[in-house]
Amino acid sequence: MMNRREAIRQVTAMLGGVVFVGSGDLLTAVEHAHARVTASRKQIGTFTAQDIALLDEVADTILPETRTPGAKAAKVGSFMAVMVTDTYDDRQQAIFRDGMQKLNGAGFMTKSPAERLAFLEQLDREQKTYMDTRAQGAPVHYFRQMKELTLFGYFTSEIGCSQAMRYRETPGRFDPCVPYTPGETTWAGHA
Amino acid sequence: MQSQSYDAIVVGSGISGGWAAKELTEKGLRVLLLERGKNIEHIKDYPNATKAPWDYPHRGRRTKAMEAAYPVLKRDYTLNEMNLDWWASDQESPYTEVKRFDWYRGYHVGGRSLMWGRQSYRWSDFDFEANAREGVGVDWPIRYADIAPWYDHVERHAGISGSVEGMAQLPDGQFQPAMPLNCGEELIAGRLKQHFDGRRRIIPGRTANLTQALPGRAPCQYRNACWLGCPFGGYFSSQSSTLPAAVATGRLTLKPFAIVTEVLYDRNKKRAKGVRVLDAVTNQTTDYTAKVVFLCASTLNSAWLLLRSATDVWPGGLGSSSEALGRNLMDHHFRAGASGTIEGLDDKYYYGRRPTGFYIPRYRNLFGDKREYLRGFGYQGGASRSGWSRAVAELGVGAAFKDAAAQPGSWSIGGTAFGEMLPNPANRVTIDPNKKDKWGLPVLAIDCATGENERLMRKDMMNDMAEMLEAAGVKDVHTYDNGYWPGMGIHEMGTARMGKDPKTSVLNSHNQVWDAPNVFVTDGSCMVSTACPNPSLTYMALTARAADFAVAELKRNNL
Repeated sequence: MMNRREAIRQVTAMLGGVVFVGSGDLLTAVEHAHARVTASRKQIGTFTAQDIALLDEVADTILPETRTPGAKAAKVGSFMAVMVTDTYDDRQQAIFRDGMQKLNGAGFMTKSPAERLAFLEQLDREQKTYMDTRAQGAPVHYFRQMKELTLFGYFTSEIGCSQAMRYRETPGRFDPCVPYTPGETTWAGHA
Repeated sequence: MQSQSYDAIVVGSGISGGWAAKELTEKGLRVLLLERGKNIEHIKDYPNATKAPWDYPHRGRRTKAMEAAYPVLKRDYTLNEMNLDWWASDQESPYTEVKRFDWYRGYHVGGRSLMWGRQSYRWSDFDFEANAREGVGVDWPIRYADIAPWYDHVERHAGISGSVEGMAQLPDGQFQPAMPLNCGEELIAGRLKQHFDGRRRIIPGRTANLTQALPGRAPCQYRNACWLGCPFGGYFSSQSSTLPAAVATGRLTLKPFAIVTEVLYDRNKKRAKGVRVLDAVTNQTTDYTAKVVFLCASTLNSAWLLLRSATDVWPGGLGSSSEALGRNLMDHHFRAGASGTIEGLDDKYYYGRRPTGFYIPRYRNLFGDKREYLRGFGYQGGASRSGWSRAVAELGVGAAFKDAAAQPGSWSIGGTAFGEMLPNPANRVTIDPNKKDKWGLPVLAIDCATGENERLMRKDMMNDMAEMLEAAGVKDVHTYDNGYWPGMGIHEMGTARMGKDPKTSVLNSHNQVWDAPNVFVTDGSCMVSTACPNPSLTYMALTARAADFAVAELKRNNL
């Protein structure tokens, strides 16, 4: 079994020993090789295993492991691939795929966790400004798509419902008014 | 062609048909209950009832494939991943929209009683007298006193939870204890009552969810998953309530996959002799005979059946001698209201998922109020603390963002109005001979639109809610009118109205077809006006009342 460092070394060797830092094509190739040898994820629609790996890392940067597991543990990358494939129309899909290209082009996968967070914080400000001021009918921002699917996928997952929030399949009673202390989590809804 | 004989035939197994089957079997009749779709057995056939959100591949959301398969259903929330199997196929059962009409149907045993909203309100004499007082349509042939004992009867068996309020426009009933208002609703209800001197009030929603056990049924477990079928029998459906009672008599024969294509009419006896059934699976045709026939096929399908029957005597169909058949189709218009934020309750929360909200009974054009339109509206609403979805539009990524999104946000409260729609003979259904369904049967053409009265009312429906919320100290109030097309309310009414005069109505005061007294129509098609409260409880009461009358008439040899 090859590890990640070995995969990068092999691809680097294949390309003549020169690493162009920030080169999206190369990094995609690196991740592709890495995914092929290490990941057990399956292709979903047109989303390859390394596509899903990228989405997992984006999601896990938006909702990282804290006291509770993060979005990657809740398999949000695969969920995003399913939702884009099955529920997005062609225009929405094109925006989403174009956004993934941009993230790859920016070298998202090679960044450290701190760099990823800083990068997405900046991207988040951009999307929010754009979304708050866009003309009616103007296209949605790809990072709003990713953020929405991340939140939806995580907070409807078993981890999100049962660990990040509180879930009772059968509450058994209704208390119309109970004390609430800051820090207590939301009661998750039924399906 | 085989033939089989029963005392009574009931067409349709939803809210009205289930009640007809229960009442008629309990009064000693051998009943054949015909349902056009598949059987759904209580509890056993609720495959999604105990699923968690993460058990659905799309977590309940609709897919492109679902939208392609359900071109009508996709127009509203009705298209979803969780109970799609319980909505009729638009492709198998098409219809013609002369004007846009959203028809959301349940073609299976139990009908829409499995998926209904369960809000259950009595109508009052303000409703039953309105047409006569204002010269609109025709007069109801009954008054509140005629139906009140039957409201009592059906409420006790169905199990309606609600509060006693003493409001003339929304009579109290035989209630189980109400599902209480939560702290946000209670706070606003108190301020509203004070500000409007009790004329506008927030009360707990009256709902067909149990707060106390009934035989064979447990009280609500506060899962709020009613539309998936309840394994506890916590809400009223044909499966949980009326069909078990009918089965217990030993006199019920339930036949699924039985599409009734025609009421068979004996022109010499001037009576129906039975019905013709097309087997939805084998396409085989069978005639069944009975002394009495109850049509409970849902508003538009009962009209369809009448329009197709006895055409050798009346070209317009059984019950068409007055030319009222098929006309005056109505619904409740809604999707207008307001919402806002409640401050000062950040230290309060609730536990359990209550399957109802609050109700604001009608106050417009009552007790001296006078508007530029007729009738009025009521509000359904609720207060809650926001969940993770608020975070989608908020700035932030990372650990602190995640932990904040997992905690409840601010309190919000809102209400959506359900308004009365006036009868209009131009709003009608006919048979479209040029379009056929999966079984080769001609389909309905629906031509229905709202009018000036509804347009004027919608302004108040939107603005009044904002006025009330602001008066009660709610912040950041915003109004909405999301638009409405007939049918969206899923409260179809009319097309075979009751009346006092056979020249202007299809049914008499006991839901008998004037032209065929052993045929009773007791679903929404019998309605003469829509009032503004939800109609299903009234269908139940009218059905039980008509069944009682039918059995008495049988004993008197009048049928």
